Order: sequence, then structure tokens, then C-alpha cells
Amino acid sequence: MAGLTLDLIGMQLFAGVALGAVYVLLAIGLSLIFGMLTVVNFAHGAFYMLGAYVGLWLMAHGGNFWLCLVLVPLVVGGIGLAVERVLIRPLYGRGIDYPLLLTFGLSYIIVELVRITFGKAGFPFDTPEVLQGAVDIGVGYFPLYRLFVIGATAVILFGLWLFLERTSFGLIIRAGARDPLIVRVLGVNVSRVWLIVFGMGTAIAAFAGLLAAPLQGVIPEMGGTILAEAFVVTVVGGMGSLLGAVLAGILVGVVVSMTSLFAPEMAKVAIFALMALVLLIRPQGFFGRAGLMS
Amino acid sequence: MTSKTSKSTTLNRRSLIAGGAALAAAPFSFHTARAQEATIKIGFPVPLTGPYGAEAQDQVRAAEVAIAEFNAGGGLGGRKAELLVRDDKLNPGEAATRALELIENDKANFIVGSLSAAVQLAINNVTKQRGVIFNSISQSDAINEVADFSKYTFHEALTPHMTAGAVGRYAFSKFGKKVAFLTADYAYGHEMVRGFQEAGKGMGVEVLGDIRHPIGATDFSTLLPRLQSMKPDILVINNFGRDQQIALKQATDFGLKKTTKIVVPIMLFTGRQAAGLAAFDGVIGGTSYYWGVEDQLPSAKSFNDQFRKMHGGRVPSDYGAMGYAGVRTVLQAVKNAGTAETDKVITALEALKYDYYKGPQYFRKCDHQSVQSVMIIECKTKDMRNEADVFQVVASEAPNEANLRSCEALGHKA
Repeated sequence: MAGLTLDLIGMQLFAGVALGAVYVLLAIGLSLIFGMLTVVNFAHGAFYMLGAYVGLWLMAHGGNFWLCLVLVPLVVGGIGLAVERVLIRPLYGRGIDYPLLLTFGLSYIIVELVRITFGKAGFPFDTPEVLQGAVDIGVGYFPLYRLFVIGATAVILFGLWLFLERTSFGLIIRAGARDPLIVRVLGVNVSRVWLIVFGMGTAIAAFAGLLAAPLQGVIPEMGGTILAEAFVVTVVGGMGSLLGAVLAGILVGVVVSMTSLFAPEMAKVAIFALMALVLLIRPQGFFGRAGLMS
Repeated sequence: MTSKTSKSTTLNRRSLIAGGAALAAAPFSFHTARAQEATIKIGFPVPLTGPYGAEAQDQVRAAEVAIAEFNAGGGLGGRKAELLVRDDKLNPGEAATRALELIENDKANFIVGSLSAAVQLAINNVTKQRGVIFNSISQSDAINEVADFSKYTFHEALTPHMTAGAVGRYAFSKFGKKVAFLTADYAYGHEMVRGFQEAGKGMGVEVLGDIRHPIGATDFSTLLPRLQSMKPDILVINNFGRDQQIALKQATDFGLKKTTKIVVPIMLFTGRQAAGLAAFDGVIGGTSYYWGVEDQLPSAKSFNDQFRKMHGGRVPSDYGAMGYAGVRTVLQAVKNAGTAETDKVITALEALKYDYYKGPQYFRKCDHQSVQSVMIIECKTKDMRNEADVFQVVASEAPNEANLRSCEALGHKA
């Protein structure tokens, strides 16, 4: 292939990692919620979209992007808490399809409410001024904002790791995921743990939506396609595995990017081809525990 | 005995209810029957939701202006016109279903609309079979070709051949001969590429590559480095609606504008307004219409003023204006024919010479293509009179059949 240089491959790698960063954030929330609550959260894309719209609203009412990075996860995470407490909690113990159908319906309601409130047309979302433009990363000029997305994702992941591994609450979460019954016998309030896990998952989804907004603008349907891709990432990484979600997210980003280089029209198909391949070789995904769905 | 009485009362009550219902229904059904006779219904399927939503909504606004104007002028001897807007969701199947419903259930007299080179062919397929006039307000080359064309088919919009031709002739002579394409992978994009290539023939244009992306794409970051590495003089981005906004924004973010002139076949007013100056700055594009030509064109001025009056002071977009012309040509033909009867309206449309908003236009006899001007525009960076004053017209190709594909090339007999 003419013009195929190492620099170009380097650029594609960076583009893939930046793309993967958003997948990672979405998939990690999905995986967290599934791993702890065994809830397949079909409203995750809607929370992602909600993050972008709450950011848009805050910006229009005097907020700036940096403030949004803090406030948006809090606001949408709060909505997530309410959703778990009021809608999902009554469904625990009834089988995996109940919360699945509930969140599926909920996603339609949220998207429709956003359409009614903000209109169908969608909005542009300006890149914060200090992050505009491109910088030389050695192999070529790469948009500064996309580097920021990679960095912000890394920070969130590190924070999450610290929280789960180094705090006593994180210990309870990990224990609750392994055996909720024993944790309950030990006198721990498991329903409170699940509440907070769901809130955290939605907050991270909202954060991802806000990060994606300056890349592609904001529309009510933005959570739809990316949710399907995030599910692929979760399945490839192994349902319920955080490390799996991170590795698979980056891998999917890079696979899309590299396929785009040689056969752009195959890029979307490549995601699903990758999933099929992984499932053939390792049905539970990279780090998934077998039998979690049953 | 008792049972018999009770039975008869039931019967009575029942017949009473039925009679009442019939009475209540009678004036209503009479009324609807008369209304069907009286109103001229124009079905208007456009993609209100999806990546072309902003443009489609403006097409509806402008079509409403044409309807209001016709009705204010007394309609057709008192018969008023009515617009039946439907969301085709940018999906050929959906559009065909909506068109069929409009014709069968709503008894639409005419179909105007569509906003996609692919979707309009699906609508045209339905209208052709049902013998209903369809005036398309979206770009397409195929719709004029003999395979898709029928006497019921009219095309108010420009064709990719005309648009890409005008933009190509302008850009290749000014900005260089090495060209790369980033193209939406469907009829619109393919036809635009062909249009640019045909314009480039004989100008020594060298095509470095053509990278395709699916319609409704949200990320171009994996395609842009490859395009950048081709080092083209000109990057032609052949997509539309939100795709165009996102592609231009991300191309700007990647710093492509530093080395390359970005050219788009159609530079959208709605897109520029939504995405802001930064993304569109320095880009050259074509358009069927820019409201700012009202200083030179009285018809543009009068259309803009009516649009402003009806829609709270806003100005019409390029694609919106085609919605206006698409409906107005049909209604004017109805008036000229003195009837809404299909065959007579076709004859009246073929005879129409009109200037409704952008200077003189007429439908070419062989393929019902509206012969019209193409404008080349770029972004204004200073001296803007108001928020909507975003473009300036840098060149214009006058209406000229020589810039269309010939009737023979389309498969028509002369």
C-alpha cells in the first residue's frame, strides 16, 4: 500500500486509543453494574447522552467545561441513584430479564424526554479553548483534545482502582460481588452498596458523554450506537470484569482504527468480527467468570 | 313476560344507540367527503429525525410559506392547499411506506419532499407506480436517468453533476490539481465524486484517493491521518448534514486546513449556523441558494421577507428554499392548469418558466430537471450584518443546460 509509513501507523494507534478511551469509560460502568447487580443496563447509553445534555445546559447557564467535568457526573449519578432506588430495586431476585426490560424502556423514555425538552435537532459543543488545535506527538499533529480524553480516562480509571482496592467500601463492593449472601450475613447493608455502584456506573457514563460532546456534538440519539459497541467491549473483556473492560475497550478502538486504514468500510464490521472471534476461542471473554449470566 | 319486556328494552336501547351514532357520524362523514374534494393535499415526507433533521425541518418551514401564499391568494378557485408532513427517518423503506400511506389513506394529490439521494428513489418508485406527481427537493443524478424517471417525476433540486461540476471547475483552477476525497458511502457521495471527476477531466486533475465512510458517522479521526498523509492540494468532503459538521470540525482539529484547501460540494447554511465559524472557516462550497443574494434579486427578497414574517424573523436555508420552490411550482402549475388533475398539471409544470427565489428556472423537457444557477460560497469572517450573515457568494454559474448531463447520456431520446 503506497504511502504507508510508520508515522501513519503511529497516528492510527493514537486515534484508536483515543477512540477506545470513550469505550472504556462506558464499558466499565456497564461491567461494574453487571458484575455487582447482575443488571444488564440498557439505559446506559441514555445516561451517556444525558451527561452531554446536562453539560450543554450547564454551559448555557454560565458554567465552564471544567466545572461540568465535576458537576455532570454528580447530577446524572444522582439521577442514577434515584433510578436504582425507585425502579430497579423492586426487581432484584426476579431474574435477569426484568431489569433488562425496565432499563430498555427507560432508555426510550429518557431519549424522548430529551427530545421534548431540547428538541430533535441536536447542538454543537465547543472544544474548551485551551484544548483546541493540534500538537506534534512525534509522528504527526494530533488534536490536543483527544489527548486530553485519553488523560482524563486514565485519571478516572486510577481513581476507581484506588477506590476499589484501597478503601474499606471498595472491599465491601468486591466482597459483595463475590458473595452477596455472606456479606449480608456479616451485617453489611448490601442494598446500599448496590445503590452506590449503580450511581457510580451512571456517573462514569455521563462523564464519558461529556467527554465525547466536543468531538461530535450532541444529539438525543448519541447513546444508541455507542451502547451497542460498549456491550461488545464488555462481552469481549468478560462480563463483570473491570480490567477486561479496559483492555477490550482499547483493543476495540485500535482495531477500528487499524481497519479504517486499510478498509474503512469494514471498520464497524470489524468490531463484531472481533467479538465473534473472541467468543469462539474464549466464550466468557478475556477475564469473565463463567456462569455469571445463569 | 318479564323476560320478553326486558329483551325488547335492550333492543330498543341498542337501536337507539346505533341510531344516535349514525346521526352523529353522518354530518361528520359528509364534511370529510367535502373536505377531500376541496383541499389540495401535498404529501411531504422528509427525514425530520436523524443526521439531516435540521435541514428537513427548515424544508417544512419553507413549504408552509408556499402553502400559506397559495391559500392567501384564494387557492384554486377557493380550493385550499394543505401540507401533510411525514418523517421518513432517512430510511428508504420508511419513506416508501409513508408515501404509500399518503397516497392511499390520506389521498394526497401530490408528493413533494425527500432529503437523500437514495431515499428519493424509493419515494419515486411508489409515485411512479401510483401515477402521482413527485417533485424531489434533494440532489440526485439517478432520478433523472431513464431507469428511474417517469413522466410523474420532477426534480426541483440541483443534481450532483451540476453542483460538483460548478464547485470543481472553480476549485481546481484556483487551489491545485491534487485531490483527495472523503465520501459518504451512498448515492449522494458517489454521484458527487463522479461529478468532481468529470469536471476535472481535461483540467489535469489527479485523484490521490477516495475514502468512504458510512452515513451518520460520528468519528473521522481514524480516516483523517490517512488523508493527511496523501498531501492533497484539495480535500473534497462529500457528505451532508451532521456528518458534514462533524467531519469539518474534526478535520480542523487535526490541523488539515494548514496544508490543504477543504472543499465541499454543498456548504450547508444550517450546518454553518449549528457548528460555528471555526469548523467552516476557509472552506469553499457550492449551494443552490444563499439568502444574502436578496440585495441583487427581488424574488429572493420577497421570499425571504415572507419566510421571516411567518417564522419569527429567521431566514430560510438553502434546502429550505427548495422546499418552498418544490411546493410552489406544483401549486402554480395547478393554478395554471385550473385543476389538480395529474396529467394537466404535468403539462403545466413542463411549460412553467419561473423565478420564485433564486432567479430564472424551468424544467427541462426530457428529464424534468430544473435548470437553474449554482452559487459558490465561502464563510464570512468579518463585516457580518447579523447572525445569519455567514456566507458570501464568490462566484455563480448561470442556468445553462450545457452544465447538465445530456438527455442522451441519461438514456432519454433527445
